[in-house]
Amino acid sequence: MSKVQDYNSRLSDPASRKMGTFSYLPPMDDAQIRKQVEWIVKHGWNPAIEHTEPEYAMSNFWYMWKLPMFGETDVDVILAELKACHEANPDNHVRLIGYNNFSQSQGANMVVYRGTPV
Amino acid sequence: MSAKKYDAGVKDYRSTYWEPDYKVKDSDVLAVFKVIPQPGVDREEAAAAVAAESSTGTWTTVWTDLLTDLDYYKGRAYAIEDVPGSDDAFYAFIAYPMDLFEEGSVVNVFTSIVGNVFGFKAVRSLRLEDVRFPLWFVMTCFGPPHGIQVERDKLDKYGRPMLGCTIKPKLGLSAKNYGRAVYECLRGGLDFTKDDENVNSQPFMRWRDRFDFCQEAIEKAEIETGERKGHYMNVTAPTMEEVYKRAEYAKEIGTPIIMSDYLTLGWAAHNSLSKWCRDNGLLLHVHRAMHAVMDRNPNHGINFRVLTKLLRLLGGDHLHSGTVVGKLEGDREATLGWIDLMRDRYIKEDRSRGIFFDQDWGGMPGLFPVASGGIHVWHMPALVSIFGNDSVLQFGGGTLGHPWGNAAGAAANRVALEACVQARNEGREIEKEGKDILIAAAQHSPELKIAMETWKEIKFEFDTVDKLDTQHR
Repeated sequence: MSKVQDYNSRLSDPASRKMGTFSYLPPMDDAQIRKQVEWIVKHGWNPAIEHTEPEYAMSNFWYMWKLPMFGETDVDVILAELKACHEANPDNHVRLIGYNNFSQSQGANMVVYRGTPV
Repeated sequence: MSAKKYDAGVKDYRSTYWEPDYKVKDSDVLAVFKVIPQPGVDREEAAAAVAAESSTGTWTTVWTDLLTDLDYYKGRAYAIEDVPGSDDAFYAFIAYPMDLFEEGSVVNVFTSIVGNVFGFKAVRSLRLEDVRFPLWFVMTCFGPPHGIQVERDKLDKYGRPMLGCTIKPKLGLSAKNYGRAVYECLRGGLDFTKDDENVNSQPFMRWRDRFDFCQEAIEKAEIETGERKGHYMNVTAPTMEEVYKRAEYAKEIGTPIIMSDYLTLGWAAHNSLSKWCRDNGLLLHVHRAMHAVMDRNPNHGINFRVLTKLLRLLGGDHLHSGTVVGKLEGDREATLGWIDLMRDRYIKEDRSRGIFFDQDWGGMPGLFPVASGGIHVWHMPALVSIFGNDSVLQFGGGTLGHPWGNAAGAAANRVALEACVQARNEGREIEKEGKDILIAAAQHSPELKIAMETWKEIKFEFDTVDKLDTQHR
């Protein structure tokens, strides 16, 4: 049994809380985040930013940061908004969404800044 | 129209049912059969016989034929084509007028078109390859209780395929031990676990005990991981009263998804359950036990693409599709064809994928294809590439067989999945670069590293029996 490794996940450990797509990978660096934003733009999806206090992360409705950026294709503008949302709400989770209006769903949804977990 | 006279006796089918000049109507139900006639029966006669026997005709003229307008009601063979790679078989295209069918009744359509005709002596074998359902029929059927978009919203999962696992051993675990296996999978990062198809309510584990323990597993894993979870609670049962009883209980304890086996449960029963699911807000996972009895023989039976369309009409939010790469039968191009039929609004004729007709689904939601059966982390790049985001990838042995247990197995699968999705989004060719992507991801995940070592050499490279018809088989 000594070779078997314990799976380290606990109700009591806030670090066990996951955040949807990409939350099982190490945090992305700036270059990697840029590529995911490019993926949203490439599909013609509408970027949008949302944030929440970590204790309410299970809610369907996080706070919208301004309005979805309809038609925005400038990756730098999108990245700057993400940063602005994070700086205004440093303890909150901040996620980037790509609204696909054809499927009426979200083509992409990833937490870019993780707040203080609870 | 001049009145006809009654002339008793047996006529060639072709004189009534072969109409090569017929112009297909948008409202017609169209079917294409692969026919191998008995020796001495020519193609036109065999095709006409199939049209007759699957619509208004019988073997002899009857006087009551003259009390109605048979030209209006009859099915017609309107085209014949060679089957690539076969000297015996041909495709017969048949058009059925809308009045032959009850609105919203999949049962009625199939009782007609795959009824007596499959035992008809003049044909040696017969296979229903595809059916075009006209829009009027689609919109009178019920369709998926929720569909892809609603399911994603209910479960808050976007931008990737979902992950599942069938709990094994299929039979023999106690309810509490079974719930334990579910909990471990869900806390490790899977979205779903699944009852196997034959887990109903046996003496070793009655349904209510299973539901209770699995629901506790779901709820604890949700709090622990902060993500939404589900276990497909199988409500397949001997009677509809029992099906509804189990479904009602699943709803009462607040579970998000239940499951049914649509072929063994029966189509009418499944349709009723699907309606119940929409009324009660539960998602419906659909298993396909018995399908290979009908769809595996390339010359006789019903192609799975027809069973796929049938299920979308009857209703279901998930349907097993085959994996292409795992332990169970499935030709790649044919599978791509029927997963399109599950998900898309409009599918164009594409013979390279075995799709014979344009199919318009109107406003009917699409459903998730489920890839399940003998798949493991090494298959992940191919699976993400083949199935795309709107799918459920189910690793049974590939989760439970992990040397460190289910939670580690689940985490390995989740890491592998997210690494492939990330790489795909970055524009990398994940099937070609799959190995590098997984090796890089394993550097941050000891669970994935061990999984990759465990299943390194396992492949299922047997030739597919039911292939698409091509010149060089």
